[in-house]
Amino acid sequence: MKLIILNDYDQVGEWAAKYIRNKILRFNPGPDRFFILGLPTGGTPLGCYKKLIEFYKKGEISFKYVKTFNMDEYVGIPRDHPESYHSFMWNNLFKHIDIKSENTHILDGNAANLVEECDSFEEEIKAAGGIDLFVGGIGPDGHIAFNEPGSSLLSRTRVKTLAQDTILANARFFDGDLSKVPTMALTVGVATAMDAREVMILITGVHKAFALYKAIEEGVNHMWTVSAFQQHPQTVFVCDEDATLELRVKTVKYFQGMMHVHNKLVDPLPPN
Amino acid sequence: MPTNKSVSKAPITQFVNCRILRDHKLQREDLWVREGRILDPEKLFFDEEGYADQRVDCEGLIIAPGFIDVQINGGYGIDFSQATSNVRGGVALVAKKILEHGVTSFLPTLVTSPPNIYHKVGTTSTPVLSTCPVSHHCCHLEGPFISLEKKGAHPEQYLRSFQSGGMLDLIETYGTLDNVAMVTLAPELPNSEKVVRELAQRGITVSLGHSVANLSQAEEAVQNGASFITHLFNAMLPFHHRDPGIVGLLTSDQVPQDRTVFYGMIADGIHTNSAALRIAHRAHPTGLVLVTDAITAMGLPPGRHTLGQQVIEIQGLHAYVAGTKTLSGSIATMDMCVRHFKQASGCSVEQALEAASLHPAQLLGITRCKGTLDYGADADLVLLDDAINVRATYIAGQEVWRK
Repeated sequence: MKLIILNDYDQVGEWAAKYIRNKILRFNPGPDRFFILGLPTGGTPLGCYKKLIEFYKKGEISFKYVKTFNMDEYVGIPRDHPESYHSFMWNNLFKHIDIKSENTHILDGNAANLVEECDSFEEEIKAAGGIDLFVGGIGPDGHIAFNEPGSSLLSRTRVKTLAQDTILANARFFDGDLSKVPTMALTVGVATAMDAREVMILITGVHKAFALYKAIEEGVNHMWTVSAFQQHPQTVFVCDEDATLELRVKTVKYFQGMMHVHNKLVDPLPPN
Repeated sequence: MPTNKSVSKAPITQFVNCRILRDHKLQREDLWVREGRILDPEKLFFDEEGYADQRVDCEGLIIAPGFIDVQINGGYGIDFSQATSNVRGGVALVAKKILEHGVTSFLPTLVTSPPNIYHKVGTTSTPVLSTCPVSHHCCHLEGPFISLEKKGAHPEQYLRSFQSGGMLDLIETYGTLDNVAMVTLAPELPNSEKVVRELAQRGITVSLGHSVANLSQAEEAVQNGASFITHLFNAMLPFHHRDPGIVGLLTSDQVPQDRTVFYGMIADGIHTNSAALRIAHRAHPTGLVLVTDAITAMGLPPGRHTLGQQVIEIQGLHAYVAGTKTLSGSIATMDMCVRHFKQASGCSVEQALEAASLHPAQLLGITRCKGTLDYGADADLVLLDDAINVRATYIAGQEVWRK
């Protein structure tokens, strides 16, 4: 893995956005070859999305030939509920860029048959040719998407019941009323994400530090599902200093020493 | 970009680079319009996989809902209280001209007139311009059931009272109530209670004005259904600390919980002293409705002109009953009023704009389609710069005036 350690949240968002930008530009997508992105929601990727919108507005990047697959969506809340992941993606990314609606894919938590919805999502990913870059965050309990502790590391897109911790953490978005918080969600599986050709995980903040430690310094374990990416050949973890607080000094120094090399990945590309 | 609209094939316009007034705040958001209504772009994106057919670059301007003037007597030589041969044409002319001031909906106002005027003018219905109940075909009848002492510029000989018991007098005078959106009356007139109740039940806004009512009489009228005060402070008893009169409605505790008493303010710098404007605004900010009370001469050069059955004289920004110092109405334009109101009260841009759009729409009960930029509302828009100068006006999403 590459562990990219930056000073703060803003730098993480910027580095990640530049990385995505460069990946798309190098791929050089067109009408017959789309760049396939897997995308997360939540507070962590917001800074990254803001930067991507900036790059689009400056004309540095276009999403015309980019397809997106979101990781998850709540079950049972209306699609236009302000806390649905559809709303999140619309307000924080889609409405500001030139992506076409038919190229965006978000699981439908109100589908008549949820299992069928999950299966067809897997089919759509396959039909698109698989995911080129899967961007994700990490939960304080080490989950990737809604693959809560105990999720099989071989799992695929499916319906998941949310852990109590997650429900409590989400209550703040539902007027603090626990009864309003969705208890189930549709999520890509750990193996679904592992199928991506490359994975980038964003981790910021002290409250994620222990999860990061468990994810990269301990063994592969279904209680900390992000640890599965130790077995992926192309993983980038982008984090701020606060998130490294539970890591060994040795780990941090090693990767900080590599920053001058890793930063080349986000340098502006030479004009073609 | 190609479009794919499963719901409608009508073209979609996206206003970009603008700040829109939504949820009481100016927000940096695009505004989407289709088939004359504000469109929800998220639904368009996810449900229809649709896109804009054309983009309008607003160059950083403010987009507010079109202004609504609930008290305007005429303008540009047109007098709504005159029975001319082309009433419809007159209303249409004023409607077109006041687009320059950002007004997209208004209630043509008739001052106290003899019955034949009401019968002639009232029965000439003007075309409905939208599916919303009030565009410019519903009028405001100011009088004749008003107080003699507070007639202001209204002709004394045509004042009336509810002698026959109320509604009969009304029908006899007005002929029909079909095109009436608002009636101004004095609640202290005997038998007014039944009239207020009946009008309110019919969905007609009852406004108190040109009256010497005390606070209790005014409160009773509100409880019977009155919801507006015609040009606060003017043509009513002045505020008195032991009987605030109609003005006291602004802070009355006798107003039913679920209802708001709105009040019209002519914020032209002439009809109301700025300090009085501020007192009213601070006492009851959500009820303030800007009105122009503009008369025939608005938009015309100085001189003598007719208003109802009387002659008035323009001197600078003032309009008097000829030969007196009684104000007969204003020649201010709505955008001037919004600017003056903001400057005099120190309120925010959003509050100033809402006083001319959201509040009148709330008063008339038409917020589903007017006075807001909510999804589904009619796309009657006014584009303004930060100094609240009108740059362009749209009705049903079509540009109808540009500076």
